[in-house]
Amino acid sequence: MSFLVDSCIMFTTQAFFFGFGWIFFMRQLFKDYEIHHRVVQLTFAVTFALSCTMFELIIFEIVGFLNSSSRYFHWKLDLYAMLFSLIFLLPFYIAYFIVSNLRFVQSLQRRRLIVWLTVGVWLTFMYFFWKLGDPFPILSAKHGIFSIEQGISRVGVIGVTLMALLSGFGAVNCPYTYMEYFLRHVTDTDIQSHERRLLQNMEIILTKKKRIALAKRETRQAQAGSGTQRSAGIWGMLKNVTTSSPAGENVRQLQQDVDALEELSRQLFLEVVDLHEQRERIAYSKTLKGKYFNIMGYFFSLYCMWKIFISTVNIVFDRVGKTDPITRGIEIVVVYFGIQFDVKFWSQHISFLLVGILIVTSIRGLLITMTKFFYAIASSKSSNIIVLLFAEIMGMYFISSVLLMRMNMPEEYRLIITEVLGDLQFNFYHRWFDVIFLVSALSSIGFLYLAHKQAPEKHMMQNMY
Amino acid sequence: MAVPVEKVKVLVLGDSGVGKSSLVHLICQGEAMGNSAWTIGCNVDVKLHDYREEGTPHEKTFCVELWDVGGSINHSLSHSVFFNSAHGLVLVHDLTNRKSQENLRRWLGEVLSRDAGKKYSGEPDYDEEVFSENQLPALVIGTKMDRIPDSNLEEVLSRSSSVAGQCRADFINLDCMQNKHLAAGTTNAVKLSRFFDKVIERRYYTQDSRGRLGSQERRRPPSMTRTFSPTFVQEKID
Repeated sequence: MSFLVDSCIMFTTQAFFFGFGWIFFMRQLFKDYEIHHRVVQLTFAVTFALSCTMFELIIFEIVGFLNSSSRYFHWKLDLYAMLFSLIFLLPFYIAYFIVSNLRFVQSLQRRRLIVWLTVGVWLTFMYFFWKLGDPFPILSAKHGIFSIEQGISRVGVIGVTLMALLSGFGAVNCPYTYMEYFLRHVTDTDIQSHERRLLQNMEIILTKKKRIALAKRETRQAQAGSGTQRSAGIWGMLKNVTTSSPAGENVRQLQQDVDALEELSRQLFLEVVDLHEQRERIAYSKTLKGKYFNIMGYFFSLYCMWKIFISTVNIVFDRVGKTDPITRGIEIVVVYFGIQFDVKFWSQHISFLLVGILIVTSIRGLLITMTKFFYAIASSKSSNIIVLLFAEIMGMYFISSVLLMRMNMPEEYRLIITEVLGDLQFNFYHRWFDVIFLVSALSSIGFLYLAHKQAPEKHMMQNMY
Repeated sequence: MAVPVEKVKVLVLGDSGVGKSSLVHLICQGEAMGNSAWTIGCNVDVKLHDYREEGTPHEKTFCVELWDVGGSINHSLSHSVFFNSAHGLVLVHDLTNRKSQENLRRWLGEVLSRDAGKKYSGEPDYDEEVFSENQLPALVIGTKMDRIPDSNLEEVLSRSSSVAGQCRADFINLDCMQNKHLAAGTTNAVKLSRFFDKVIERRYYTQDSRGRLGSQERRRPPSMTRTFSPTFVQEKID
């Protein structure tokens, strides 16, 4: 009886998450595109709902809501559904849309060919996905082929890599964007002079193109006029060649000039865009929100440096954390400060808070990053493919965050994850995360440093002297 | 040798990926563009247009500058650099994507508010007031007509007239990859050249601007004022 009630509650919340994913897709991602294939929207919303269910089950685990056996059942159900969608459904649809967008397939217009090609591409994907497990020590030999561990372990590798890359870049980029210290000084006169240069460049391009057009028109009229008098034979041909060549060369020279100038205009435009963005940031930093984020930026930079340091220590000394921060924090408070309080009660509440914050920030962070990337790279042809790729990445990301979150929870709550996800080598995943995080953070620092040095105002200063 | 040819500036606006660069290439070079990359900044091209004044046999060549402004969202802060002193607008939308047509309102608002010096707020009431003050001649073009399956063609084409109706502009539907859609003599080409005539007249021959060729007293004939023409092209694709 209680199982039925629990299932009803679960399904209601899942429907709510599904609705949220549906609306997010419609309002944010596909803001500028018409939805031709409803199945894409459906798949995205389903993946989102399944991912959120996983997080919800963790929270329920900590709080002790619902019956333990029904929780276990729903965990298993959810994981199987996620794996099915990540390994079968999404890659199949991605392959289908890629194949139908290929030009030579469009010209052939045969449905069966598309389906067979899709199956072929999907089999290739499965092969590589399977091979992914070989170089990593993630499984012990006693697992069967179709067990849940095979799928989860490989999905975990990809997901953890993605998480570490995004974390590394985010940890470095966050203070860089928030802190005023890094703001480059941009005045209105800088912007105006850059804009003026850009418009002058446009004028020059236009003058040259006008000359090309006039020259072409003249040659056309000359050819049409002399068409009747054109004498056949060798002399006529020679005359035509010699009379048309000066204008022809002129046009070629002009065309080359125009190409170079157009390249220059693109670069100038990008500099103008950069200056506009800087000005916006300076204006924003003077507002209250901007000041708040500026202070947060200092905290984030401290956090970022600590994280880099800790990752290096973990790798160098081959250290694996055994206790989670909550238990260790409580231990420190109890042992060193001598304050006595109900450990069990507080550990439950604090883990609920910490895990809840982690979940919410990671979902929100991923959705925002996804939206930004989508606006940057999608076009009307590729929008379906890109959104399905994002759904796949989202699923893998969330499964891996459940995997890694295990370390942040006290021992009694880790049990359910260990039970459900099976006997994986969790320590490997943490080590892998540290390595990729370090690599990503250091390369982001290098990249941002180079970009900062190439600022347009510096160019202008150099040009003035 | 340099013949002083006067020029007018026409902006080509629309969302990213609707086919503005292909359209401009088709108009100016007379042939379809092979490959296209995302426009960064602004592509400019010129078309020499022969304008014949009403009632005179005298023909004069004008140079129509087509400024194809790249429509990507990342650069939206900097578009307005190109918008000053425009004499005509070509609004381009994608027939396979309904949202690109709705976004044309936003584009029109941006251009007009830049001219008026106000910041565009994007509310519907504001749109109406701004559109009714619109003095720039406008033309709405729908692209990618070949991509619509025949069954939807009628419905899509009738829908595409709504924005044009709001701006009281003329409109064309075509496919930028086929030369014949803008070949001389077709309805599309006639509409395009009528639009250019309107732009040139507005710039050089109305009472507001300085007099040219003694046409200061001349009013624009009634047929040239902006009326909504319900004819739209139904070029069948083979």
